[in-house]
Amino acid sequence: MKTDASTSKKTKAAEELVGGLLGNGQTLKQYRDAIQDRTKTTGFYNGLERLDLRESDPIRYEKLFSKLRGGLVHSRETAKKIAASPIVEQEGELCFTLYNAAGDCVLTSTGIIIHVGTMGAAIKYMIENDWESNPGINPGDMFTNNDCSIGNVHPCDIATIVPIFIQGKLVGWVGGVTHVIDTGSITPGSMSTGQVQRFGDGFMITCRKTGVNDKPLRDWLHESQRAVRTPKYWILDEKTRIAGCHMIRTLVEEVVAEEGLEAYEKFAFEVIEEGRRGLISRLKAMTIPGKYRKAAFVDVPYAHPDVQTPNAFAKIDTIMHQPVEIDIRKDGSWRLDFEGASRWGWHSYNAHQVAFTSGIWVMMTQTLVPTQRINDGAYYGTEFRLPKGTWMNPDDRRTGHAYAWHFLVSGWSAMWRALSHSYFSRGYLEEVNSGNANTSNWLQGGGINQDGEIHAVNSFEASSCGTGAGAIKDGLNHAAAIWNPEGDMGDIEIWEMAEPLVYLGRSAKCNSGGYGKYRGGTGFETLRMVWNAQDWTMFFMGNGYMNSDWGMMGGYPSATGYRFEAHNTGLKERITYGDTLPLGADTNPAEAGYENHINVRAKVKRDKQCMTTEDCYENYDLYLNYLRGGPGFGDPLEREPEAIARDLNNNLLLPEYARKVHGAVIEQDDKGVWSVDVKKTIANRAEHRKARLARALPTREWMKKERDRILIGRAITAVKQMYATSFALSPKFLGEFKTFWNLPEDWTLNEEDLDIPTYGSKYREDLSKLPDVHTVVLVEE
Amino acid sequence: MSTYTKQQVKNLTEGKLDWDTTMRMLSMPKDNERFSIYLDVLQAKVPWKDKIVLPLGPHLYIAQSAKTKQWVTKCDCGHEFGDYRENWKLNAAIYVRDNPETMRDVYPTLMAPDTEWQVYREYYCPECGVMLDVEAPTPWYPVIHDFEPDIEAFYSEWVNLPVPERAG
Ligand SMILES: [Zn+2]
Repeated sequence: MKTDASTSKKTKAAEELVGGLLGNGQTLKQYRDAIQDRTKTTGFYNGLERLDLRESDPIRYEKLFSKLRGGLVHSRETAKKIAASPIVEQEGELCFTLYNAAGDCVLTSTGIIIHVGTMGAAIKYMIENDWESNPGINPGDMFTNNDCSIGNVHPCDIATIVPIFIQGKLVGWVGGVTHVIDTGSITPGSMSTGQVQRFGDGFMITCRKTGVNDKPLRDWLHESQRAVRTPKYWILDEKTRIAGCHMIRTLVEEVVAEEGLEAYEKFAFEVIEEGRRGLISRLKAMTIPGKYRKAAFVDVPYAHPDVQTPNAFAKIDTIMHQPVEIDIRKDGSWRLDFEGASRWGWHSYNAHQVAFTSGIWVMMTQTLVPTQRINDGAYYGTEFRLPKGTWMNPDDRRTGHAYAWHFLVSGWSAMWRALSHSYFSRGYLEEVNSGNANTSNWLQGGGINQDGEIHAVNSFEASSCGTGAGAIKDGLNHAAAIWNPEGDMGDIEIWEMAEPLVYLGRSAKCNSGGYGKYRGGTGFETLRMVWNAQDWTMFFMGNGYMNSDWGMMGGYPSATGYRFEAHNTGLKERITYGDTLPLGADTNPAEAGYENHINVRAKVKRDKQCMTTEDCYENYDLYLNYLRGGPGFGDPLEREPEAIARDLNNNLLLPEYARKVHGAVIEQDDKGVWSVDVKKTIANRAEHRKARLARALPTREWMKKERDRILIGRAITAVKQMYATSFALSPKFLGEFKTFWNLPEDWTLNEEDLDIPTYGSKYREDLSKLPDVHTVVLVEE
Repeated sequence: MSTYTKQQVKNLTEGKLDWDTTMRMLSMPKDNERFSIYLDVLQAKVPWKDKIVLPLGPHLYIAQSAKTKQWVTKCDCGHEFGDYRENWKLNAAIYVRDNPETMRDVYPTLMAPDTEWQVYREYYCPECGVMLDVEAPTPWYPVIHDFEPDIEAFYSEWVNLPVPERAG
């Protein structure tokens, strides 16, 4: 009997081997290679010049679409109720995506849809590295991934990936991702600062098989929960992801039972080709062919004493540089080239190529492709060129990624402006958006919370920053974040349960929106007092010395960030004696108003250092969480007088700037209500325009002076380091720079001449150099 | 597909379009004839006779000179910045906020960039003083030539309009 059983088992295994996972004798890699080949030779995804199912039975095709998309959205809504983390449950920082067997995205749910590509990259990594023979891919398996060197955005986005088998063959995959509250990195909070390499970024899992027969493995459960500071949130997040994936797997089984496997598989490919065509037709319908060039920057101020890094070579100020040339061709195809971008750095803001390319669809769905059909079709309709070695395509396996968004959000502001330029020129003014706020500050930290437990906090108030101004109206105030179109600032009561931090104020942030004819949406600010915590730490993360967005067509960038924290505040005594307290807004930071309501001997930090590492906080210490505004549109001297008065009366604009920037003549009545004198304002604005010309120079005159400054090397080291890394990666950018400024033939700027550590400038080692590792390259390098 | 009247497009350009229509514009497929209506609306607003070829901003246009048929970049006040293929910013007036004092005129202390890291370059029309663009790069950054449209392909292949005559 024993012999029979084992023989039949063997025979079955042999049969499976013959048919393979796909039942057609092909390995997954052969299968994927063939799809790539057909796509490349024909220009149509998988060679689909015709969409058979869609053309022959459009109603059935749409039915399949609605069932699957509806099911994905429903699964996300249902699964998120399992989570306890406010990041998932309140903010909706999760997403579920359906893939075909080759790992190309078929459809996705709502939420953080950057993961359309990131989980696909993980599946492709498993395919390219023969996961099917070891560790094996079987029905009921689960794989977990958060590895940033193979496509994840940052380690706190944890993905659970489940293969879908029907009638014994692999027909696709479903992935679920949640943004967890802590990853066990060097410091608490999901996106820590301080570490400057992968090795401090937190628990890193590479497509590991973490479950069989629909159950998580015990070693995984034990190891993963003790690898992070917040195991309760961690395990409920995992249950959320597993539940969603299993709901979607059941959904696919039901759809196949109703519609047949052939129709389902046809759909799962045709919908991607449809997505590719959709992008091209949208480009033709909304933009103008031609070349667009924009640039974006953001600061990494690590030389400051409040940034503690484990590595001495990282204690330098650097700047992210991202130029982009977008070429929209007359056939509706387009190419995005980032030649000239600066090198990756010793910090945690680097991005993998897939985080970059997948992420831009979060933005595009808000203007260019506002449809539910988000899948890899848009990727196949776009040519990306991300030079190897830049911050968006690092060539070293040591890079840190914990807050890749610092660079991504900043870099993408350039693409908003480029597309908006074309919408404006074409007359689609309703679509114009000057850009996106730098989605910060990030209040993070941890210690022992109000319940006596080890805890980490990561406030997601940043999901409600100001949006960019449009060409027909102001941006939205404290409304959105580019990385989650459905973000929500969350209820005070919920945050106070999740964090030992009492609210002393939550107000719109005065003067934070970029000025313009239409201003950027304002951000907001919340003043938090540490309460009932022990051994508590917090840190700041955001832009301070620089802006990452620019205004458009005469509008200004939004305000930059700044930092306010106070220790030894004496608030305990002030509360006991009923003394005044710092409450509400920090309306004009120059006036330092909070300081009038705390101990005169308090230790206050009020400056532009918006990147810090973990610092100690006692109960009754203060922390200002200032969420940024969006950039403006059009000349601010053309802002409607009523809009200026409204902003003054809503404390969104300081009177001084109504006068100086908007040229308004304003007055305040007995009741304190502001109004604008329209007639005097018109005359005053004419004077402002004259004054502009009086202080201006012809651009070519100014260029001579700037050229002199370049020749004598007058710039801070951070600026020079930025140029030097861009020049080293791109002789083309160096050539264009020298041509523009008419510099001598032998002019150059090298990192080694800057008198700062240059680790990484010469010696680098890519992940692909590791034995037996096949990286997946999805862009031109 | 929705279509819109000249009055509605005019209201749009003035920021005065009712929200229902704006929402319809946002949610419905785009009306390909918008471009020609938009040109008509804008042409009626500019004080000069040259034909608008492509709007570049609230005050800036590529226009076909009525006299020479050359295409030039032009402010609505009439100031010309030269050939449309050139970067108009090189022929503008510039004011650079590159120190804390001048930065303080636009943002309160602590809310403006540190000018060692980033400067604001304001480009004005040399004739009427309108602010046409603000660049916010690091020091030393080349003036960005930010848009080179393929107008011929756009007119003839995308919006099916005759390409305006061009000399030079
Ligand atoms: Zn002018």
